[in-house]
Amino acid sequence: MTARVARDPRETFARTAVDLVTSDPAVALVYAEISGALFAAAKEGHGDRVINVGIREQLLVSAAAGLALTGLRPVVHTFSPFLVERAFEQLKLDVNHQDVGLVLVSVGGSYDWSAAGRTHQSPADVALLDTLAGWTVHVPGHADEVESALRTAVADRGRHYLRLSAEQNDRAHRVAPGRLLRVAEGSRAAVVAVGPLLQPTLAATTGLDVSVLYAPTVRPFDTAGLRAALPAAPVAEVVLVEPMLEGTSSRVVSQALVDRPHRLLALGVGQEELRRYGEPTDHARAHGLDARGIRASITRFLATRGAA
Amino acid sequence: MSLTTNPPPPTYGYADLPRLMSLMTGDEKHTAAATSTLDVVWTLYEAVLDVSPTTAEDPHRDWFLLSKGHGPMAHYATLVAHGFFDEEWLAGWGSWDSPLGLHPDRVLVPGVEISSGSLGHGLPLAVGVALGLRAQHIGSRVVVLVGDAELDEGSNQEAIEVASALGLDRLMVVVVDNASASYRRPGVLATRFAVQDWDVETVDGHDRSRLGVAMRQTTSRPRALIAEVDSR
Repeated sequence: MTARVARDPRETFARTAVDLVTSDPAVALVYAEISGALFAAAKEGHGDRVINVGIREQLLVSAAAGLALTGLRPVVHTFSPFLVERAFEQLKLDVNHQDVGLVLVSVGGSYDWSAAGRTHQSPADVALLDTLAGWTVHVPGHADEVESALRTAVADRGRHYLRLSAEQNDRAHRVAPGRLLRVAEGSRAAVVAVGPLLQPTLAATTGLDVSVLYAPTVRPFDTAGLRAALPAAPVAEVVLVEPMLEGTSSRVVSQALVDRPHRLLALGVGQEELRRYGEPTDHARAHGLDARGIRASITRFLATRGAA
Repeated sequence: MSLTTNPPPPTYGYADLPRLMSLMTGDEKHTAAATSTLDVVWTLYEAVLDVSPTTAEDPHRDWFLLSKGHGPMAHYATLVAHGFFDEEWLAGWGSWDSPLGLHPDRVLVPGVEISSGSLGHGLPLAVGVALGLRAQHIGSRVVVLVGDAELDEGSNQEAIEVASALGLDRLMVVVVDNASASYRRPGVLATRFAVQDWDVETVDGHDRSRLGVAMRQTTSRPRALIAEVDSR
């Protein structure tokens, strides 16, 4: 048996989407050029439900919403800034306001294609989508988690967003849909690591007395899982480590702990433009999202406990 | 196509429309827009579309999408006349307890296929509806009403191009043209569609007989009907 090369989340998505659209006549795949070569197998014989709209992202979302109005289950795909940010009013009105469901699948995440610069980065996608009601947001941390996330999303009737990035953890985890998975035990703080930031978070917290909770889904946020993992201290200490805009999930954590004295450290991608290219690892380091940066932030946070 | 053997007859006729529309008050700014669409909307329900209160949820119904959502009075009045909902709803439109807004909400109003108000959404949605019906081998017609100024929204251009490229021959756009667009060049409306190989025809937007003939016609291409009305 030959060794398996690391699987790519986008290819896993495309293979699963092709299987869904060829096996289920209610599933449609709508895209805007991006990843088209990966969908070629589904075009054959299912051209009516495998639709390339060209470089037309407003139409991408609106047409998908129209498909949903007729009862189909659209899977809608392009780069994250063009899917969520460019077509935002279409999401607000043609999806939410029309009260239809569909599945958005983006690639690119915060800075996958770092050398491409700001135009192809969207660290704020989840924060923006979070201004709309009823979205389930999946941030799978490994290619092998993509298939089940997509199948779960397509089997539902609601609104789902799968945020895929090339960065991934060294292994996949099995997590019940919508739940947090406790992967490390500790008594001083609960650290929630979202999607592909689990691995650097585990490296960062080695030797620290903290729990680490893995979140492959951030909306709805597993508030019960978070509360159950909190140490029984007078003031609960919570750390968010998110591969998107820092503070994206602060609101939901704050709501979840409204009755608990707590402190929250929210790590994520900074709001300021870096105006730098380079590799994703350069950006992770610059935003303090590599293991060293995460560890430094958490250590500082825990050391300031009680300081007034 | 025919869905039902005995569609319920309209509750009211064309002559009742002025009275029905007079029940709705309070949005003076938009009154002209409402009446500019009246003959088109009435004729669609009277002589073109196969949809009724009993088939409003039928997968095989014809679809009407009012994209120009700021003129819903003619649509509301026509839906009442055809029995989609009660006349009593009209008087309170726009109020807290009314399902009828100054822009329509499909979730609240029987017979309203899309919620509209922000311009440039109806035609792109209609492209998706037409694609969805075709994928399900349903030959229903999809008719979307837009305003001439609304076509300035670039989202329409995306839809016009793709509707033609994908051969959506069951899709028809009716452009109610009251010459309200800024920076308008002569003939631009028809040209926008013709250059994308749509079937284009221009008619008097108040001639219900000609509108009926023109709107019943279909070809092997998506169709655009420019319905000219008095300028705003």
